[in-house]
Amino acid sequence: MFAKGPSINTRFLVAVLLSIALLVIDQSSARLANMRAMLSILLYPILYAVNLPSEFFNEINGSVSAYVDLKAEVGKLKEQQFVSDTRLLKFEALEKENIRLRSLLESSYNIGEELMVAEILSVNLSPIDHVVLVNKGSRFGLHIKQPVLDTQGVIGQVIRTLPLNSEIMLITDPNHAIPVQVNRNGLRTIAVGSGHLNRLVLPFLPNNADIKKGDLLITSGLGGTFPQGYPVAVVDDFQVQPNKQFAYISATPKAALDKIREVLIVWNDAKSISLSLPLSIPPTLDGEVLAPVTPVAPVNDQNLKPVEQNSPQAFDQLPKAAMQQGVGNINKVLTTPTTGSEQMGDEGE
Amino acid sequence: MSDQNSSDLFFYLFSVIVAMGLNVLPLSPALQFWNPDWVLLVLIFWLLALPYKWGIFSSWLVGLLMDVLTGRLLGQQALIFAIVSYICLKFYKRVRYFPILQQALFIFCCLVLSHTLAFGINNIHNPAHFGWEFLLPVISGTLIWPFAGMVLRSINLNQPVG
Repeated sequence: MFAKGPSINTRFLVAVLLSIALLVIDQSSARLANMRAMLSILLYPILYAVNLPSEFFNEINGSVSAYVDLKAEVGKLKEQQFVSDTRLLKFEALEKENIRLRSLLESSYNIGEELMVAEILSVNLSPIDHVVLVNKGSRFGLHIKQPVLDTQGVIGQVIRTLPLNSEIMLITDPNHAIPVQVNRNGLRTIAVGSGHLNRLVLPFLPNNADIKKGDLLITSGLGGTFPQGYPVAVVDDFQVQPNKQFAYISATPKAALDKIREVLIVWNDAKSISLSLPLSIPPTLDGEVLAPVTPVAPVNDQNLKPVEQNSPQAFDQLPKAAMQQGVGNINKVLTTPTTGSEQMGDEGE
Repeated sequence: MSDQNSSDLFFYLFSVIVAMGLNVLPLSPALQFWNPDWVLLVLIFWLLALPYKWGIFSSWLVGLLMDVLTGRLLGQQALIFAIVSYICLKFYKRVRYFPILQQALFIFCCLVLSHTLAFGINNIHNPAHFGWEFLLPVISGTLIWPFAGMVLRSINLNQPVG
């Protein structure tokens, strides 16, 4: 029956040895990344086909909405935009004040974050791990360990990039941990994923820690992966465990991780700038405050206009110009033709 | 004969691709733990139906593709599929003529082996979580098998064996 070729035992042995070799190499080095990338292109049609029904459904849903609904939605969005714009106006001033204060302390300040909108493919890789696929890959310059956000808060980080798509680990994955701090008092700790999409746990705080229900947790920026100051979760449970070393604290992620469809991928590779120079800056509020600093600041993109170009006469149109040219925390929103641009609102209190 | 060969290849590839799609189908959180390992079921079906045609290496290759598709360590699913294929090829003569229930029991054992190994290899990689949920697809897979078994029976009647 198996007249041709080696016996079934030999074949089995070869297959097992090959897989073990692959496992060991893939575990210890990145040498198989190319092979994985090529195979992933081959398999992309499957992901595309699986994703198609839900995309089709969304498309239909979008194009057959009633006129009244659309009108109501536009009205709501306009209102939201107005509120966000006004808030950004103040954010502007606050950021500059923050830079000045930091310069007094001679500490550094990070500027220069770029964003790209990506869409989550509705495929389910594994029921246990909280890993999702997005439709942007290394073709768009994505790289590993990039933070991923949504307008509500932090979602996760890129753990693997393939040419056409990349894998993102959500903050609620049991293998994920994110350095956070309590917004109220700056208490730093680590939030670990629980395996449930609506829950993070904070396992490393003692029973007398100054934290309570309703506290907002923001990224502390300590791990180096996530930029500082983005909202992560809200504490929803605090239980003292008298017989144990640490309290039981859990938090609900700000982003609705089970509902998101679009995410923002952040380029956070801007170097921090030293602020020991601008002590001499006059405390004015116009766009030139940053001028002495900009030569030092490594601007990471050609299109990113240096802040000094904000001339005083352009000040009256500052909110719009600031959002487009980017003086604020988010400097630039890269969009693709298919997906509309999104703006990050300031999510603080 | 070559016509037969190419149509066999077409059906094999088509069923494996459809099974891959079913494996990554987005389901509600309650249902997703019950999604059986369609690819393994299809592989077992073909190994029992045409054991002289599809062997360990074709299963190994499909496993490798599954590793890429679901973002696991390369070689993990390939190893598991190779092991299950070996068992199927060792026992296919008996399993083919088992009553359906007994066949389902055999499939149950294969699936338990596969999912336990997958869980084990995953946990060498990142020892973080333990729950019995990983065995739920075994139950759904076993419940689905009788249908495949009936199809298998009808095919075997028409085809010369070995």
